[in-house]
Amino acid sequence: MDTMVIEVSYALDTFYFLMCTALVMWMAAGFAMLESGLVRSKNTVEILNKNALLYGVACIVYLLVGYNVMYPGDPVSSVIPGIDFLLGSDNSVEAVTAGGEGAPYYSSMADFIFQAVFAAATMSIVSGAVAERMRLWPFLIFAIFMVGFIYPVEGYWKWGGGFLDQLGFQDFAGSVVVHMAGAAAALAAVLIIGPRKGKYGKNGEVNAIPGANLPMATLGMFILWMGWFGFNGGSELKIANVDEANAVAKIFVNTNAAAAAGMVAAALLSRLMFGKTDLTMTINGALAGLVAITAEPLMPSAGVASLIGLVGGLVVVLSVVGLDKLKIDDPVGAISVHGTAGIWGIFAVLFTNPAATFTGQLIGTLATFAWMFGASFIVLLVINKIIKLRVSEEEEMEGMDINECGMTAYPEFTPEK
Amino acid sequence: MKIVTAIIRPHALEVVRSALQEAGVNGMTVGEVRGFGRQKGHPALYRGAEYNIAFQPKIQLELAVDDSQVDEVTEIIATQARTGQVGDGKIFVASLDSVIRIRTGETGVEAI
Repeated sequence: MDTMVIEVSYALDTFYFLMCTALVMWMAAGFAMLESGLVRSKNTVEILNKNALLYGVACIVYLLVGYNVMYPGDPVSSVIPGIDFLLGSDNSVEAVTAGGEGAPYYSSMADFIFQAVFAAATMSIVSGAVAERMRLWPFLIFAIFMVGFIYPVEGYWKWGGGFLDQLGFQDFAGSVVVHMAGAAAALAAVLIIGPRKGKYGKNGEVNAIPGANLPMATLGMFILWMGWFGFNGGSELKIANVDEANAVAKIFVNTNAAAAAGMVAAALLSRLMFGKTDLTMTINGALAGLVAITAEPLMPSAGVASLIGLVGGLVVVLSVVGLDKLKIDDPVGAISVHGTAGIWGIFAVLFTNPAATFTGQLIGTLATFAWMFGASFIVLLVINKIIKLRVSEEEEMEGMDINECGMTAYPEFTPEK
Repeated sequence: MKIVTAIIRPHALEVVRSALQEAGVNGMTVGEVRGFGRQKGHPALYRGAEYNIAFQPKIQLELAVDDSQVDEVTEIIATQARTGQVGDGKIFVASLDSVIRIRTGETGVEAI
């Protein structure tokens, strides 16, 4: 191929990758709006602080060590990755223009930053589930371990070429590798810190704790939806020829179709089950559709993608209600959206991708869950021994904002609760 | 002189205000309040869990009127704010000992 064509194609693939990175980065805003909308106003500043700082901590730690654990130059084995720090140099013009199969076709710096925003998204999943009761700094300390070590090890197993990849486990953009992984860590945290005070009554009744700002939560949903085009579209890793451009366009179509179907399905089920159309279920339905299609957004037709999203939307409503029955308190539904819908998504791959096997998907899901849950549980227990994860009962009633951050979100309004 | 305190539905405020103004009422004070009556709030739903909204948002309006106006004023409020459904509110009338206009120092009916 002409050198000029190779260089332009390299530039285009890199450019596309960077644009997708910016979209995924923007999902941090989506999580921040969603989570701050679904908590009470007395905990708004704290959840925003968590969302902002976890993004910062995740980026620092992933740059320092996480990326190298996930994509080791010289892995110890297919289970144990290597350890290395910071970043190497980018591709030389010679290496790129040499052409052929092994030649790099996009900037390795672009690869790093794309992976870094994925790591941050994984951590964002946890913050919603532990909202309104887990203290800020213990959470950020956990983020260091999560993004520097726990998530990259599991990421290495699949995307870094480890044993799950060799086993034929299929997960395109991370229904399990990112979403269920984040949910598993969130579940470990929720089991340790327990439910919010007053969430579950003595006689087994589930008390509603309505969020303070549903317009903000809805904005969060749409921001996440938009970011997902980068999340799934970017995971194709290439756009600069007709086939790849078509593939990316198809991923956009399927991603959107799944979200739309998941949203409508969840709203309808909510209407049927509760007699009312619960907006928080509508929001969770769209996100569940997105999580479900993430495992394979390329192979299905738009119709099948819609069906995968639709089931995701149904599953998430049942999961939210089911987790409440088990007294697992998840204020924003993160475990249901990312975990339950993620598991559906990974097995839905069996219907669309002939390369996927039931055993492969099962082992991939179980191994990821066991590691993410187990490692998170142990790290959180140790942090809990040294500094308490949960705020005191008084602080919880008064609100995290004043106690952790020394301010309130809306100081000009009188707090009512 | 009487002080009329009415608790009404928020959406009834505009029709009540304009009808009272047409009848020659010169002023009133309005506040957003919350409360419950015999209905004791109403159920709401959030993420599959029912909960009770114990206090309903209402508007409380207060106006001082001359004895001769009391019947007309309460009649206007009662008809304009009525939907016939539970939650229409209440009107309280109490006697008013004195009124002072701060700017001029006028007292009594002159100050209303």
